[in-house]
Amino acid sequence: MNAPPMRPGGAGGAGGPGGFGNIARAKDPRGTLARLASYFSDFRGRLYVVGACIVVYTMLGLVGPYLMGVALDRFIARGDGDGLVRIALLMVAAFVANNAFQAVSSWLMAGISQRALKKLRRGLFEHLQTLPMEFFERHPSGELMSRLTNDIDAVNQAVAQNITSLLASVLTMIGILIAMFVLDVWLALASLLVVPIMMGFTRWVAVFTRKGFKELQKNLGQLNGVMEESIAGQKIVTVFQRNESVIRAFRAENEKVYRAGVYANTYALLLMPLVTVLGNLFVIVLAGLGGWLALEGLVSVGLIATFINYGQNFVQPLRMLSNLYNTLQAALAGAERVFEILDTPSETDGAAEQSAKALPVVRGDVRFDQVTFGYRPGTTVITDMSLEAKPGQMVALVGPTGAGKTTIINLLTRFYEIGSGTISIDGTDIRDLKKADLRRKLGLVLQDTYLFGDTVMENIRYGRLDASDDDVVTAAKMADADHFIRQLPSGYHTVLSERAGNLSQGQRQLLAIARTLLAEPSILILDEATSSVDTRTEARIQKSLLRLMEGRTSFVIAHRLSTIRDADQVLVIDGGRIVERGTHHELLARHGFYHQLYTSQFKGQEL
Amino acid sequence: MRDIRRLLGFVRPYTRLAVVALVMLTALVVMDLAIPRLIQRIIDEGIAKRDRGVVVQTALVMLAISAVSTIVAIANNGFSVRVGEGVARDLREALFLKIQRYSFGNLDRQKTGQLLVRLTSDVAAVKALTQISLRIGTRAPLLMLGSLVLMFTTSRRLALTMLPLLVLTTLLIAFFVVRMEPLFRLVQQKLDVVNNVLQENIAGARLVKGLVRADYEGERFESANEQMTARSIKVMRLMAMMQPALTMCINAGVVIVIAVGGAQSIHGELTLGQIVAFTNYLLTTMTPLVMMTMLSNTWAAGLASLRRMAEILDSVPDVVDAAGAVAVPASAPADVTFDGVSFKYSGERSEHVLCDIDFEAAPGKTIAILGSTGAGKSTLVSLIPRFYDVSKGRLLVAWRDVRDVTQASLVAKVGFVPQESVLFSGTVRDNIRYGRPEASEADVVRAATIAQAHEFIAKMKDGYDSRIEQRGANLSGGQKQRIAIARALLVEPQILILDDSTSAVDVETETKIQNALKETRSERTTFVVAQRISTVLEADTILVLDKGRIVAEGTHRELMTQSPVYREIYDSQLGGGLAPEGDAP
Repeated sequence: MNAPPMRPGGAGGAGGPGGFGNIARAKDPRGTLARLASYFSDFRGRLYVVGACIVVYTMLGLVGPYLMGVALDRFIARGDGDGLVRIALLMVAAFVANNAFQAVSSWLMAGISQRALKKLRRGLFEHLQTLPMEFFERHPSGELMSRLTNDIDAVNQAVAQNITSLLASVLTMIGILIAMFVLDVWLALASLLVVPIMMGFTRWVAVFTRKGFKELQKNLGQLNGVMEESIAGQKIVTVFQRNESVIRAFRAENEKVYRAGVYANTYALLLMPLVTVLGNLFVIVLAGLGGWLALEGLVSVGLIATFINYGQNFVQPLRMLSNLYNTLQAALAGAERVFEILDTPSETDGAAEQSAKALPVVRGDVRFDQVTFGYRPGTTVITDMSLEAKPGQMVALVGPTGAGKTTIINLLTRFYEIGSGTISIDGTDIRDLKKADLRRKLGLVLQDTYLFGDTVMENIRYGRLDASDDDVVTAAKMADADHFIRQLPSGYHTVLSERAGNLSQGQRQLLAIARTLLAEPSILILDEATSSVDTRTEARIQKSLLRLMEGRTSFVIAHRLSTIRDADQVLVIDGGRIVERGTHHELLARHGFYHQLYTSQFKGQEL
Repeated sequence: MRDIRRLLGFVRPYTRLAVVALVMLTALVVMDLAIPRLIQRIIDEGIAKRDRGVVVQTALVMLAISAVSTIVAIANNGFSVRVGEGVARDLREALFLKIQRYSFGNLDRQKTGQLLVRLTSDVAAVKALTQISLRIGTRAPLLMLGSLVLMFTTSRRLALTMLPLLVLTTLLIAFFVVRMEPLFRLVQQKLDVVNNVLQENIAGARLVKGLVRADYEGERFESANEQMTARSIKVMRLMAMMQPALTMCINAGVVIVIAVGGAQSIHGELTLGQIVAFTNYLLTTMTPLVMMTMLSNTWAAGLASLRRMAEILDSVPDVVDAAGAVAVPASAPADVTFDGVSFKYSGERSEHVLCDIDFEAAPGKTIAILGSTGAGKSTLVSLIPRFYDVSKGRLLVAWRDVRDVTQASLVAKVGFVPQESVLFSGTVRDNIRYGRPEASEADVVRAATIAQAHEFIAKMKDGYDSRIEQRGANLSGGQKQRIAIARALLVEPQILILDDSTSAVDVETETKIQNALKETRSERTTFVVAQRISTVLEADTILVLDKGRIVAEGTHRELMTQSPVYREIYDSQLGGGLAPEGDAP
């Protein structure tokens, strides 16, 4: 006499009645389960209480049908009105207690499961923060994001709603079996006949379901591929008038998904009606055999009623379990992927882990000494590079795309660790420093300016969290950003929209410069971005940049001639090596690679 | 309602299947409801009257019913699955075809990700809605109704005592559903905040690391995480109360049946079998109620998805062929004329992106368009193949207003290289041949050679058969741009549009591309959009665009002397020229 357990929350979630569960299976379900369980270890005490409550209420659940049988046989059949009242009251008491214990266990479990999930989310976030830059470059942010949210949601679906149901279902089934045997061995044995048929059916269906979903998943993947590619490139499809062939490809895949979907769901959704029908079979066997036995005087009508009730309660959990199966599979697969990320090694401070040196006031003497580096083993992007930037100097890095300019910056910031050689600041090997200490001294203005979906004020303040509003405004003024900020709808309190679409590329750059100014770094690293900034803004940014560079050692990946001419040193990089170095004039006079690079812009022009 | 009508429209092709499924469902319900009646018969006619024949006979009837209902259930399942999957397939196709007909304006307003969500999760949600309606959605009310009727026919008095309980249960469910809905929404909002912080930290990882803000971000995340957890717990606890409350209702019903029915039975008004049957009917009435609550989420989600899809299905492509549009003859020389053209994007505040653009481009000429970001350069060239419609004025291609000809014939004249070079998965050759799949190998190589792509392609492991990874991940920006240029050249367009499509190519290669293009151009009209002044130096006409207007027009030499804006751009980019302080050779 239990209502089917509820499945709240995320509608259409994995394995719901619709059965759209994505049957990705965990490679190591047992290990994953154990590890997932460890997130619950803080709540051990409360979990025992929950467990006890579940045991008690499933037991109490068995009492109801029994009392009903007793009422029928002893009081109603014999016309004992007083006894009937007594037993009715007893039933009320049993039911109230049953539901109360059930409420307590679900109530407690809600808190426990959400706290455990919170811990999992937090652990994941914190770990993500420690992962090396390389990880983020290998995984496109959109993909990583959707994977994480899906996986955590899958775990949530299972953990939040199904753990107690699972336990209760299993206990109820065991309890009912025991109760049946205690009450009447023959009827119990007869009912047990139905169980193997049920199991067989379930297993048979599961085999086809699994096969079907595997195929469906594959086809869905292909269909999604076709859709994603054509929609992302929709403009190109239009430009080259390939709509017809795209539609043809889509139709073919769509049809395959339809076929696979019909196959998989025909089996998956079969489970529910079949379980119902089998439940009826259960009742029929009991009624038929029970009737026969009653005629022999071996059992009473009340007992048959009790058994029929038990039978219905026995089928209910079975139905639950078949639903739970998919949810649990999805959850385990999701959890496994989350753990995979948790197992990705963190960025470490390397040798500096134990004996980090402090980096006090930085003068800004930066040296590369025979540095060699490759992103993948066996390849080198930077070969045997040595350079020196004296305090306050401005070093321009020039060279064709792919020459290794950005890599130099990745090494100085220790986003990547060098293969051999040393990089030092004021004579200290940067490997002897904690990464956090090192990066605090460096100010980066990158090509791709990242801004948060917060106010302009907070975005600039991100450079130094304890800066006052006045400090922020001063920095903005120095960066020549104050003017345009004040023209925004709410000035400094304008909230930047997603990906800061309401600002131009140049304005975003100016905000990034203001942010870096506020951070007061000792060494500056600039990746000048010009391809998307117009010339006038460029001139403005240039002025702000010069202000930023005053008195600081700075490394600039230079695209602009003016920057190069102002530089104290120009390093010409090609193929991972410094091929030429000197000032702009020296290099031009040398008529080498730089000269060629420089003059190619004017080929065929006489001025 | 409109959404449901739309859904019904998609179900219509499967009417026969759906009707058969529903008939079978009704049969199933009738058979389900017959069982308690038959049990009653065993108890009252068989056991009570000690009639063995009745017991055996009734049991066999029940078995037969069970066998039939198994078959019916399997068949019904097959039919309803076909309807659901069919609706999903058709919905996907309708959406996809609609998107295929979108013009650039429609695409600008939609994010790729959003469109994909419509095609995937939203379709799945509607499929769930359809299938559930066909299976449980109809079964539950039928069962309820049937049991109610049978309860009344079994014992009117006992049934009447159940009514208040049924009302109470319904109210209880309504209470929980109403209370829970806003709470669920709140959880969703808090979840969005959590995901937002996560998103920002993934996308902005470099910044967070560079500024060493892990601790700060950790706190931010934890605060969002805590808020969401607290909200979730609240909802979950409400749910935790709901289930026992509903179970209690059912249990109360059982007790009432035993107590009241028992009392009636003692007075000889009710048989034992009737009491047993009654309890069974009670369970079959209540269970569907509870089931429907569970499904309310699926329903709500499905309807919300349907509404979101409707936005796409109801949208109209911005650009459609006029009635009676004719094709531009392929042989017509491709003169391009802008005649007082103004343009603004629809939906935005009335700010013109282009204003009073007037110019003519004769076949064989190269027109360069220079200007700052947001000046309207890309918009201007996108008007030529009628990717957008002009807001004012006329645009003529081959002396025909682009609105009077079919877009297909217009686009066929154009080779377009967009700012962002989108490549498709497949081989390099497939990508170059994208616009003309039947092109010969020699043509492919020639196009690649002009685009200065042949050399690097030949160096790739499998040459033209090398596979391009998703989004061209295994190529550099400059390489992708060169393949995109080759792709456009292969269609041998009369009008070639290069929309800042050499920005990632180094200047030397760019010059080579330009020279190669010049040698092969003859009758081709070329439009070059550029930020870099070096790209435009050799054009026949340079248009300098500022805030949507042409502020200067002429050759490089003319503009150097006549246009201060052009000079300013020139100086800032190539400032000082070749002979700074006598360093020149």
